[in-house]
Amino acid sequence: MSQIEQSGDAIEMLGVHKWFGAFHVLRNINLNVAAGERIVVCGPSGSGKSTLIRCINGLERHERGLIRVDGIELTQDPKRIEAVRRDVGMVFQQFNLFPHLTVLENCTLAPIWVKKTPKREAEATAMRLLAQVKIPEQAQKYPGQLSGGQQQRVAIARALCMSPKIMLFDEPTSALDPEMVREVLDAMTALASAGMTMVVVTHEMGFARQVADRVVFMDNGEIVEIAPPQPFFDAPQHERTKLFLSQILR
Amino acid sequence: MSGHVSAYVRAAAEPTLPPPRRVSGALAWLRTNLFSSPGNVAISLALGALALWLLPPLLAWASLDAVWRAPDGALCRAHQDGACWAFISAKLDYLAYGSYPIDERWRVIVAESLGAALIVWLLWPAAPARRLAVSLFFFVFPVVGFFLLHGSPLIGLSLVDSLLWGGVFVSLLTALVGIVFSLPLGVLLALGRRSRLPIVRYLSIGFIELVRGVPFITVLFMANNLLPLFVPETWAPDRFLRPLVGTALFAAAYMAEEVRGGLQSLANGQYEGAAALGLNYWRMTGLVILPQALTLVIPGIVNTFIGLFKDTTLVAIVGMTDFLSAMDNAFKDTLWSGPTIQATGYIFAAMFFYVFCSAMARYSAYVERSLDKGRRA
Repeated sequence: MSQIEQSGDAIEMLGVHKWFGAFHVLRNINLNVAAGERIVVCGPSGSGKSTLIRCINGLERHERGLIRVDGIELTQDPKRIEAVRRDVGMVFQQFNLFPHLTVLENCTLAPIWVKKTPKREAEATAMRLLAQVKIPEQAQKYPGQLSGGQQQRVAIARALCMSPKIMLFDEPTSALDPEMVREVLDAMTALASAGMTMVVVTHEMGFARQVADRVVFMDNGEIVEIAPPQPFFDAPQHERTKLFLSQILR
Repeated sequence: MSGHVSAYVRAAAEPTLPPPRRVSGALAWLRTNLFSSPGNVAISLALGALALWLLPPLLAWASLDAVWRAPDGALCRAHQDGACWAFISAKLDYLAYGSYPIDERWRVIVAESLGAALIVWLLWPAAPARRLAVSLFFFVFPVVGFFLLHGSPLIGLSLVDSLLWGGVFVSLLTALVGIVFSLPLGVLLALGRRSRLPIVRYLSIGFIELVRGVPFITVLFMANNLLPLFVPETWAPDRFLRPLVGTALFAAAYMAEEVRGGLQSLANGQYEGAAALGLNYWRMTGLVILPQALTLVIPGIVNTFIGLFKDTTLVAIVGMTDFLSAMDNAFKDTLWSGPTIQATGYIFAAMFFYVFCSAMARYSAYVERSLDKGRRA
């Protein structure tokens, strides 16, 4: 790693605001994520968690403030946005796999076309990562033939194929049947132990407790509280945090 | 309130039941499809009677009572209760090539055979080296075709003015050019209409709405009379090229709306999934969005192709002798005047269009089925 990366944070958000029409969805967000750090973002629905992480790879444009990802400041410039996206993998609630491509083709599409990786090499990498999420035998199937949990693990492998420095997870287990949540969380936990920088929006508090370095609690577009999991769950500072935790941990 | 449990346990096997009624075979098919209820029996009998009443005379008119061979129309005038196929065979060359010089017609045959071979190569999924077929068909064939049909003294082929072109060959050429250009143009217009760039968007909307808002004949007239005004006189487009441009532009507007329907039916997640991987606009569109959107709207696209193929008959209005107007010209031959000539000619023309249109429909159904197989579990 170069000196600049070590000194700078992986993600810097400074005074970020965003509006959807008249609705003020992000209010003065300040959040720095160090390289290798695991952040879990939680909060009631509509609190702006998804919008916050979608701002990190430019799927939503912030309207005020500064966002710098791996040293690149996000502006309107499509070249910068594409450069950031090459370094940032994202996993969605609805998987967003490409149904017309096989699992293997889903995984090799971006490496071949964006990074110009030779096909053979891209396929070898994809197979290795599919093995890492424990579904190498599904490589030739289409996404529609897999279970939800398997599809989400393919989505994780697909994002990893671009060798990202940062991984974003937007409620990765919310669309899954309960018995499939475990397999996806296991894949994410394995990724965390390998040292990946991760920002995870999730309601899985067990995962937060076990994996997160810091938990961010958002409400009404603001970051209310940031704390390591132990104090966050055992001694929350703010009333809104206490209320949220009392509703979610029953 | 003790629960009473039945203590019956079967000791011997029940006698075997007779097999269910036949569910396959012609009889079973008739029973389930034609005679399943009194109402259906009545409808089936009525339609059967109608067919018995209409079909034999029609078939007799077309075959037994028809005149198959005759030097001129005299025999047809004598047999008025049958078709005059002799007329079709006498005029077959004119119907196929129009006034294309007789000694040069081999050039049309060569061009048509080349085109047909390439199309089969292109459309047959199991064929080898289809990429080669694509480049041959879209880049080599148009050039070869142009020099073959139009001629060039440089390669020893005499010039044949496009005013002499006619018949089936003009219909097929017009349809082919329309199909080949309208799809990519329509895709670009559909993308333009959804673009975030206002100038691109409003130009696309303006073009689509203008072309859809006027009759095809108007577009042909505009292409015929306005295109020459845009360029210096010496560059004025060929008289045959003008309706071709008009046809392609007209079909492109309809194609754009079909494709837009496909684009809109894709979930937003497909765009976001592709964008999050760092694919830029054109790669996202070409690799993720269009393959899915076009597959969804294959029936609509083929529907537009079929409409376009039949609309080629309208190029007659700006002076091109397509197949149908060649037929009309053939009727004017006084040697072949007679009461059965026109009916025979139009039925033959209808069969010609039906064969090509139903082939397109069949092929699209086949493509849809084969794409379905890969996607579903």
